[in-house]
Amino acid sequence: MTKSSNKIDPQNLNIDVHYLTRVEGHGNIVVDVKEGKLAKCEFQVIESPRFFESMLVGRSIWEAQHLTSRICGICACGHTLASIKAAEDALGVKPSDEVVMLRKLLLYTEMLDSHILHIYILVAPDLLGVKSVMPLVKTHRPVIDMALRMKRMSDYAGEVLAGRHIHPISYVIGGLTQAPSREGLEKLYSMMLESRKDGEETVKIIKTLKFPEFQRPTQYMSLTSDDEYAMYDGDLMVNGEKSRVRDYRKLFIESVVDYSKAKISKINGKSYAVGALSRFNNNFDKLHKKAKATAKELGLKAPCHNPYLNTAAQLVEWVHCLEESITILEKILKEGVKEDKVVVSSWPKRSELGKIKYKPNTGAACVEVPRGSLFHEYTIDDSAHITAANCVIPTNQNMGNLEDDMRKLVPELLGKKTQEEITLDLEMLARSYDPCISCATHLLDVSFV
Amino acid sequence: MKKQPKPRVAFFDFTDCEGCQLQFANMGQTLLELTELVDIVNFREIMSEAGQDYDVAIVEGAITTDNDVVRIKKIREKAKVLVTLGACATIAGVNGIKNRRPLEAAKKTVYGEKGALVNTIKAMAVHEVVTVDYAINGCPVYVPEVVAVLKCLLMGKPYVVPNYAVCVECKMNENVCRYEKDQECMGPVTRAGCNSWCINNGNRCYGCRGLVDKPASDAAKDILQKYGLKVEDILNSFTLYNDSMGEKYDQEFK
Ligand code: SF4
Ligand code: SF4
Ligand code: SF4
Repeated sequence: MTKSSNKIDPQNLNIDVHYLTRVEGHGNIVVDVKEGKLAKCEFQVIESPRFFESMLVGRSIWEAQHLTSRICGICACGHTLASIKAAEDALGVKPSDEVVMLRKLLLYTEMLDSHILHIYILVAPDLLGVKSVMPLVKTHRPVIDMALRMKRMSDYAGEVLAGRHIHPISYVIGGLTQAPSREGLEKLYSMMLESRKDGEETVKIIKTLKFPEFQRPTQYMSLTSDDEYAMYDGDLMVNGEKSRVRDYRKLFIESVVDYSKAKISKINGKSYAVGALSRFNNNFDKLHKKAKATAKELGLKAPCHNPYLNTAAQLVEWVHCLEESITILEKILKEGVKEDKVVVSSWPKRSELGKIKYKPNTGAACVEVPRGSLFHEYTIDDSAHITAANCVIPTNQNMGNLEDDMRKLVPELLGKKTQEEITLDLEMLARSYDPCISCATHLLDVSFV
Repeated sequence: MKKQPKPRVAFFDFTDCEGCQLQFANMGQTLLELTELVDIVNFREIMSEAGQDYDVAIVEGAITTDNDVVRIKKIREKAKVLVTLGACATIAGVNGIKNRRPLEAAKKTVYGEKGALVNTIKAMAVHEVVTVDYAINGCPVYVPEVVAVLKCLLMGKPYVVPNYAVCVECKMNENVCRYEKDQECMGPVTRAGCNSWCINNGNRCYGCRGLVDKPASDAAKDILQKYGLKVEDILNSFTLYNDSMGEKYDQEFK
């Protein structure tokens, strides 16, 4: 951590936040101001590279979900769904509507989980001026109990739907290895109804907290769909223009920077943002009416250009995902879980393994995960083994945008705030993106030989 | 009687997905109860401040860089007790897969020209570098087992990891065997302790808890016999978690 000094020389400022805490993975912020000019402004990812794309090569497509889920513990369901969808695209498998509904439910509950974790554990301490959630356990016990209750609901969703929340077990190519139990779904349903008032309470709390003022319009990318607030599927949308997911490589370009183990992505040569705020800005109309009301209550309007308000957009999405999940559960509970339409085996038969010939093919998919658009792409050979793989992670896509925000923010604060205050503002900015660095360091640009 | 000071616990992570720490955070109420018994002084996932002194180090993730080696040695020097949390730390986990390809080639194919700048060594479990006092298996860890290990730790007792196969738990749970369904499963050679988690949910065992001590003799022989399976065949078709255990099966089979 940096040393604080109250009298700062706005001409020369040096900030080096080592090991940005309360974010997934390891990130550093480095800012260097020399003679009033911003000489350096970097968000460095220093975690060890993980070689996931290289690890996938040579493995069976039926192992891809299990393996890529392990890229990130917090978005394990998102990676699972992106992986399964990409594999299905490559294999030409089409899941039933019932399966798609259960997948959406899993994705929405992961949003619920991740957003609440971000709001209470990562952001609230900043806004309340404490270093972590720990002191809040003493000073704000009822709020912490409420946050835990909300978290418990979404964890339970993972257990009921997929066997566990971190590294889901039953979601596989084509369907589920086991249908969720009616008993479990009923319990989840009642927990969700209970959660409504916790959500309202959370909105009241967040409403009273003050987010830093800052404006910087940028390019916002997300999935979009005519049918719904797109999370599980859709086309890509940026600057009001649509494109197909499988053409994603034409849309944005990734490049390696020396100081980071992650890549920076650009659209039209410029940085862009993904995540809750981008989805909110692109798809506001499709939000559930309760979520729209929440946005109004929080004073959040689309388009919003303050990246700190990503947290508020997450809360709006929390309300949306809760209401959508309740609707799905009501439908499933009314119609019953149709096992025959849902249950599949996780692999081809043992007696047939290695005997079936597949069409060599490439499949790509995008899913909106809590931090933004996540892409998986696999190329398979005629034994359905992976010959090339690519995963594009939200945090990598946001990295350039975060740096551009910092480049605009630092000069605005110089001379007005102390080094300590500027450091905190920068840390909060980075945390508002909810960066998930363990994912970002999977390193890419893989041309396999 | 004088009250004993609470042991100070610090979490550290190396190369991994942080899912095991999150399993901790997901313990919710249990975690709050735990904070009454111990002082958590460093948990980067949820706090900004970091305590410098600790008695118990809970380590997640595999060792994959020179810097990791230095860091884990320092942690070991300071900690009175060192616990590995999850497959990555305990057996190197899925990170071991990268050991299959020669390192230089892997770096070059992944990083191209920048390959030379990348600091990476063979993925190792923590016990390959320093002494480990308590090892918790699983990818992710199974919370009831985490609680059991922590109880032992607080009482100063050793924790005994099961050395029988997942099949034993699987049969108690009355699952239909995957082999019966013309499927494969790594249960016969995998160390139990997860209550056959994946099979209970309709999938197969992928071996995340690592192998039983001596796969050749400790495997579930009844299952092997019933379906005419060989330990080598199972090990050859499941390599997500056992690549890092090369020596173990080199000793057994070569
Ligand atoms: S053992 Fe599995 S769940 Fe735990 S940190 Fe490693 S990859 Fe993540
Ligand atoms: S082989 Fe797998 S499914 Fe069969 S008994 Fe063993 S653990 Fe259970
Ligand atoms: S069943 Fe196998 S893969 Fe699943 S948790 Fe247990 S040991 Fe791990």
